[in-house]
Amino acid sequence: MRLNKIFKNTLLVISAGIILTACATKKEVAVEKEAPKETKKEEVTKIEKIAGQMQGDVYVGTESVKYLADGVADRVFFATNESILTTASRETLRAQAAWLRENSNITVVLEGHADERGTREYNLALGERRANAAKDYLMTYGVSSDRITVISYGKERPVDSGSNPLAWSKNRRSVTVKAN
Amino acid sequence: MIKKFIILIFIFFPIKASALIEVDITRGNLNPLPLAVSPLSIDETSRKNFQQILDKENIASEISLIVENNLRTSGLFNPLDKKAFLQAPDIANLKPRFEDWNLIKAQALITGKVNYINDKLRVEFRLWDVLAAKEMMALAFTTVPTNWRRVGHIISDKVYERLTGEKGYFDTRIIYVAEEGPKTQRIKKLAIMDQDGANNKFLTLGNELVLTPRFNPASQMVTYLSYFKNMPRVYLLDIETGTQEVVGDFPGMTFAPRFSPDGKKIIMSFAKDGKSDIYTMNLETRLVERITNHPSIDTSPSYSPDGKYITFNSDRSGYQQIYVMKNDGSDVKRISFGNGLYGTPVWSPRGDLIAFTKLHKGKFYIGVMRTDGTGERLLTENYYQEAPSWSPNGRVLIFYRETKTNSKGEGFSAKLWSIDLTGYNERLITTETDASDPSWSSLLSN
Repeated sequence: MRLNKIFKNTLLVISAGIILTACATKKEVAVEKEAPKETKKEEVTKIEKIAGQMQGDVYVGTESVKYLADGVADRVFFATNESILTTASRETLRAQAAWLRENSNITVVLEGHADERGTREYNLALGERRANAAKDYLMTYGVSSDRITVISYGKERPVDSGSNPLAWSKNRRSVTVKAN
Repeated sequence: MIKKFIILIFIFFPIKASALIEVDITRGNLNPLPLAVSPLSIDETSRKNFQQILDKENIASEISLIVENNLRTSGLFNPLDKKAFLQAPDIANLKPRFEDWNLIKAQALITGKVNYINDKLRVEFRLWDVLAAKEMMALAFTTVPTNWRRVGHIISDKVYERLTGEKGYFDTRIIYVAEEGPKTQRIKKLAIMDQDGANNKFLTLGNELVLTPRFNPASQMVTYLSYFKNMPRVYLLDIETGTQEVVGDFPGMTFAPRFSPDGKKIIMSFAKDGKSDIYTMNLETRLVERITNHPSIDTSPSYSPDGKYITFNSDRSGYQQIYVMKNDGSDVKRISFGNGLYGTPVWSPRGDLIAFTKLHKGKFYIGVMRTDGTGERLLTENYYQEAPSWSPNGRVLIFYRETKTNSKGEGFSAKLWSIDLTGYNERLITTETDASDPSWSSLLSN
């Protein structure tokens, strides 16, 4: 039963990986198309910098990430308009789940967020959906639902006030916050 | 406040038909109608009395200024420079010398008189057709002096209606969210102001996040989203009394509220387990009804003015698009099929159009389409703008716009803007603080 579950999850991870790769390829093409227009050197550097911190359009950097415990990152990131958990997100959430299983007195709030490139009300719903994606995953790994509260802030509480793809990618997130 | 405001309207003469002047508001008006707003005349005793009560040197000219300003911002009228006026205000109100007004190319003339009678403010005004040398309208209002701005707005509405054939939108208020502070920690308060920005008032203190206030079209109630105690819920606020209450008892986030056209129901989204569906709550019976039931995000619902249909946006097709359904949730039809994402549909008070926000290739548009999705017309393009709200006559849209920040993440601002349905007359609405989520009230007087 348990093996079966893990097998299923692996499959999901693989398929998510495939989707991500597809996204990444698309994005690179778009960047290449735009690149010739940007003649300034600094613009080129910026694109390279973004490429290092984003995979597809999901943030993979560590800036703004906090830690619930040693090696337990507090947040996961999402692609534009998506609430699918990436391989890295699943890893983060498994670490969170393990930490929560060890500290059974701790309850958490999952705060779902969206970037500024969407209408306010839809973003509230999207934030809720993202936080719930994280919640479902934590539950799959043995965290009881009554220890988890979900709240969405939509685009109301960005961590990065920039108006660029990198800033937006940091803002599309679900953050696990200790509630007690 | 509304109840206190009793206006007595006397019609001096029956309105004669066959006026020559007519303003077509269905097209972008590049030649606004030249008209003269002669300052209202006032006798010295009345002037002094009002100066004492209202601390305004000349209340008559202040009222004229309101009328002038309203008519100008509508984009349909061009109030002429008062320096060119040849006739004194008091004489003009008795019998205009039409040749003089014709000379400065005024096609219409507004004259009037202000009196202090029994502690009340009495204002009479007349609208004249200069070319036909005829009076088109004559009305008088009596009210408490503190309502002087509203008298100016009501006169503007009457003139607008007489010259365009459609109701005006000047005696109205805007409720919105006042914003301050850095983008990452915005402080938001509910605020209300007159349509022209005057009488700004904050309704909440900013202790909790508040979003998306909307007027009840039938009264001065407002529904909005508040994060009070960190629980995002739909609330109801009575502007007159300041009383607030949470709407319904939902085990999760309720958001995107709007009133039904009769003001008896609130329609909103309820989010649970990653799904958002549309619900209504009857404010009298407290009965909650589920309208949509779909694993997707269904939100931003808005009723048709007859209450029979609901438009909303949903990502059930994979992307955010606009749908229309019957008010019981049946017959769901997608109506937006253009390139890009579509959101925030709002049904026009005239019933024929749906205004929306569109995101396409990194740009945000405010647009309108017919209720079957045909005839899409984009009115304005920008880095970020959304949430159109209709003027009560369905001729103007107000929305908010956010600026792109610089490479350091600085320079963020949010402002209210309005644009005519024609796509012309785009205007910044000046507010004390940054502002977003505007909602236009109905006409306060009718």
